[in-house]
Amino acid sequence: MARDAAELSSPPPARLTEGGGAPVPALCLAPALVVMAAFALGLAALLQYSLLEFIPGSLRTGGLTSRNFQQVVAPQYLRAIWETILLSVATTLLTLVASYPVAYALARTRSTALRSCLLILTLAPFFTGAIVRTYAWILVLGNSGFINSFLLRAGLLENPYQMLFTSKGVLVGLVHFSMPVMILILAAGISHIDPTYERAAASLGANPVLTFLRVTLPLSLPGVVSGSLVVFAWTFSAFPTPELLGGGRVKMIANVVKDLALDSFNWPGSAAFAVVALGVTFVLVAAVARSVERLRPGGHP
Amino acid sequence: MSATRGGVAWALGRWTARLAVGALVAFMTFPTVVVIVASFNDTAILSFPPQAYSLRWYANALTYPQFQRAAVNSLFVTVATMVLALPLGVASVLALERSRLRGRALWAALLLSPLIIPGVVSGLGLLILGAALGLLRSRWLLVFAHMVIVLPFVIRSLWVSVTNLDPNLERAAASLGAGPWRVFWWVTLPLLRPGLFAALLFAVIISLNEFVVSLFISTRVTEILPVAMFTYVVNYTDPTIAALSTLFILGTFLSVFLADRLLDMSSIFQIGRGGRWERV
Repeated sequence: MARDAAELSSPPPARLTEGGGAPVPALCLAPALVVMAAFALGLAALLQYSLLEFIPGSLRTGGLTSRNFQQVVAPQYLRAIWETILLSVATTLLTLVASYPVAYALARTRSTALRSCLLILTLAPFFTGAIVRTYAWILVLGNSGFINSFLLRAGLLENPYQMLFTSKGVLVGLVHFSMPVMILILAAGISHIDPTYERAAASLGANPVLTFLRVTLPLSLPGVVSGSLVVFAWTFSAFPTPELLGGGRVKMIANVVKDLALDSFNWPGSAAFAVVALGVTFVLVAAVARSVERLRPGGHP
Repeated sequence: MSATRGGVAWALGRWTARLAVGALVAFMTFPTVVVIVASFNDTAILSFPPQAYSLRWYANALTYPQFQRAAVNSLFVTVATMVLALPLGVASVLALERSRLRGRALWAALLLSPLIIPGVVSGLGLLILGAALGLLRSRWLLVFAHMVIVLPFVIRSLWVSVTNLDPNLERAAASLGAGPWRVFWWVTLPLLRPGLFAALLFAVIISLNEFVVSLFISTRVTEILPVAMFTYVVNYTDPTIAALSTLFILGTFLSVFLADRLLDMSSIFQIGRGGRWERV
């Protein structure tokens, strides 16, 4: 799940000239399509299970039913859905604000060394893996973790301040998790803006703040939109971060999917939640494609 | 930028912006530093700064049987994924670029689609399918899942190389009498080397770190390292995971650094100079 989305922002490169290179039989695509077909079979099985009746204590299923979907909005699960929406919105906004300056520096610095350095620092967590990154936040936020040790020693706190296993702790972890991908998407977008526009605005007397607000920011809007929606979609189905930093007290939709599937063996109920998550993701991705398409002609030369 | 618009306010703004960027980068790197420090902590209970330092958690991480088993599984799954996904990717990209196939964009979208499917969805789907087919005890189910996850990255990395490839070199080889297979093996494939290397890097790093899908479709016997680490974090609080994480971070950092040296990472992610506006 994590890591994927830098790719989503830009469409595959366009084909070069017609007739470039030796022709290749279309059959070469077949092996990959077989793999995809098998994968699609898994998704089909998921859809099917979401409509089958759960028989407690058994992995076998009963007849067709819509009860699994009715259960999704049961009171004990509504809280998880609400939490998921709130955390996804908050994560997206905070990540956007925190990532823009870094992305701008990455795209506009004239020092190759600085760019390399920023890129490595951005990419390293992107490639470090969910467990290591989440575990790191347990060490930072825990009651005997870095921040509490520091504040207790400095005498600023009497008792440890509870950050782990709270929504705020999860939020910090989610923002940290989303920043690399947001930075990469924003930086790619800002790099595509011709810097002469900014110079033109400056030479016409606009101060840097005005130049940013009236020129750079509007032109980078496609990147802002696609970055935000990728991060929202990710966070909406985030699993390891709320699982470890929430410690069972903060639950998002993906945690409910895992609890139902791997702890209660209620595969049909779990499948219904998974279908909801998939549906939201599809709607969001369609929205990205559409809004980026709409923003481009106005913003681009 | 323009030195003509100097002045105190300007300089102040510049330094505030630099400071903000520095603070944000520090926020991103900070947890990594804490993990590395904690991994050398002598006691099982965390304390900052550590009272005494030792390497015992490294010894513990490397000798814990479940980690050893999981490391072997990780190696198996990653190597198998790589060996299967790279040829699949090369064949797909060549077919998408150069065959007389209709609906190219649609096929490409289909192959890239696993990118947007949430991990818990793929995981649960493959769990149900694997159970129906009796594959849940097999590491090959993990290999299959990783292949699906890695393939979009492999295809994207190779695509850049294929579009940049100069077909005249292949034509020259063919006109000198080389058959299609010889042209492919001795001309096309070597020219794709940067893309192949990037694809390999993506495949290895993503497969080694894959967690959510692997959690759903593995057992205690087949589980890979991230899943074993997750289970450990849930059950124990000692810094063994910090030690293992440090080793992971070191490996990742080295490979990202090497990749940045060997490949032009800025151009892969379309950042900085060489952005589209310069080419137009």
